[in-house]
Amino acid sequence: MAVSMSGTERGTRRETGPAGRMPPEVAVLAEGLEKRYVDKRALDGLDLTVRRGTVHGLLGPNGAGKTTVVRILATLLRPDGGRAAVAGYEVTREPERVRARIGLAGQYAAVDGILTGRQNLEMFGRLFHLGARRSRARATELLEQFGLGDAAGKSVKGYSGGMRRRLDLAASLILAPEVLFLDEPTTGLDPRSRNEVWEAVRRLAAAGTTVLLTTQYLDEADRLADRISVIEHGRTIADGTPAALKRQVGGESLHVVLHDPADLPHAVRAVARVAADGVRPTADEADRRVGAPVTTGVAALTEVARTLQDAGVGVEDLGLRRPTLDEVFLRLTGRPAAGTGEEAAA
Amino acid sequence: MSAGTVLHIPHDGRPGADGPAGPDDGPARRLYWAVADCLTIVRRDLTHLVRQPVIIAWQLGFPVVSVVLFVYVFGSAMNVGGGVDYPTFAMPGIFAMTISFGFMNTAVAVVVDRDRGVTDRFRSLPMAPSAVVSGRGVSDLIGASVDLVALAVIAVIVGWRSHGSPAATLAAFGLLLLLRFALIWIGVYLGLLVPGQETAGGLYAVAMPFGMISSVFTPPSMMPDWLGAIALWNPVSSTAGAIRELFGNPATTGGSWVEQHAVLMAVLWPVALTAVFLPLAVRRFQRLSR
Repeated sequence: MAVSMSGTERGTRRETGPAGRMPPEVAVLAEGLEKRYVDKRALDGLDLTVRRGTVHGLLGPNGAGKTTVVRILATLLRPDGGRAAVAGYEVTREPERVRARIGLAGQYAAVDGILTGRQNLEMFGRLFHLGARRSRARATELLEQFGLGDAAGKSVKGYSGGMRRRLDLAASLILAPEVLFLDEPTTGLDPRSRNEVWEAVRRLAAAGTTVLLTTQYLDEADRLADRISVIEHGRTIADGTPAALKRQVGGESLHVVLHDPADLPHAVRAVARVAADGVRPTADEADRRVGAPVTTGVAALTEVARTLQDAGVGVEDLGLRRPTLDEVFLRLTGRPAAGTGEEAAA
Repeated sequence: MSAGTVLHIPHDGRPGADGPAGPDDGPARRLYWAVADCLTIVRRDLTHLVRQPVIIAWQLGFPVVSVVLFVYVFGSAMNVGGGVDYPTFAMPGIFAMTISFGFMNTAVAVVVDRDRGVTDRFRSLPMAPSAVVSGRGVSDLIGASVDLVALAVIAVIVGWRSHGSPAATLAAFGLLLLLRFALIWIGVYLGLLVPGQETAGGLYAVAMPFGMISSVFTPPSMMPDWLGAIALWNPVSSTAGAIRELFGNPATTGGSWVEQHAVLMAVLWPVALTAVFLPLAVRRFQRLSR
């Protein structure tokens, strides 16, 4: 572990920097990161804390600054202000130590298109200074692990998008990184390839790798991330577990769909009894639907079910629904997520 | 697919912890890795050539067509004065022109790596950063050597001969590679400067006049004064003049100082170009992190 450092390493570390203050359970720490380009402010005092061994989602629309954050943390870009530490080392002061401890994979699948899958992984292994023999062994292992064994000897040119992305992911895992950065790992993938990538990320996280992934897909963040930071205009505007973020928007809601619109008043009365803080249920005659926010969850559900059954009301559907991250996002940023934003500038 | 294999290499396993490695090791080890990483990149670039021999074919296409055109098509109609046999005059020029186009190969390779994210992946690895550029340079010199050998074989087939000593002949090829070395830096610089792969094709607009407004096919003294002056001071002219001299091929010098000191200029030009463009290329590379 990098933070429990040796004597010689301690000397090179400034105790005042984020690396020095970084508690051992924190894998990535960013404080007040700033990055300006000629025409725009890409990062405007961004803060981020990623706990060791967790999957952390950076969620935001195109151009929010997600990629810029990852590029700074992966030592590809220097921030104009603020500080950042990864795996115990400041990214601007000891980039080489950071590079030895991170993996980076992204939406552009940065693998060599002309080499074969195996040649790619062996080359990256050598550049990770594994030596020829260990690079070969590691390549074999990773190709097998990512289901690329059969395509190992084929030029990457002939790979599908999903295969390329898996090879890219494999290349980022050669050294079994402490922290893995995934920049929009499933953008442009078909659902099957997307599931493959998700599966790989889950396996890594289960094995203890810290994963920071950027995404503009709410369901991706919802399914994969232990915590989510919502980013807009280069700042973190919300941070928490998916459940906590959903709670910010409000609790669960209950809905009933009836067979017969004539029963609507019955249903409204039944739902009103369980609705949160005397909120009036909404009734939609066309959809034969009644709904209201509830705080008592399943208890409210069973009570409404019993009441309606006793009254002989025909029910087509009855359920509890949690707010989606879409609603969270809309509430936080004032606009819907994904697909509608302008193209990212950086 | 077990989780265990993902962590096959222990977390605290610094790169090359059991070998001569480590990011903070002394200068000797830094040098070792600078060379080792460079060779890894060279290996990759040469694998590209082996897997895509068509690239060499394309690179040689224009010079080969030039040989055919200037030896067989225009050859008999061209008169560069002094009773000089035109094909013997043109052949060293074609060598020099082929080399002068080389910066485009460097630039295109750099643009492609940059745009496809390969350069960024290299930059995110704990490798010697210099290897990204030095590896490119070494592969380009090897590629240029292959081009020259192929071209020399074709030249001999159509009747060209070096009349210089073996040492002088080798020195001539050395000067060609020295020019190519200088052009690596121009290529890297331009490759990092152009906005994208689409625009890289526009480099032909630079390459054609650079290669051809020179003494490659015509003595500058036979051009209009202003154009002749440009051709005279073109580094490609100096290299062409110098290798004509070393090959013992006719030169038809116009008697100007630059032409009289072709060999000296063929050394000075590449050194000067390197002195200017190597720092520019390195700065451009470092600016990737801005």
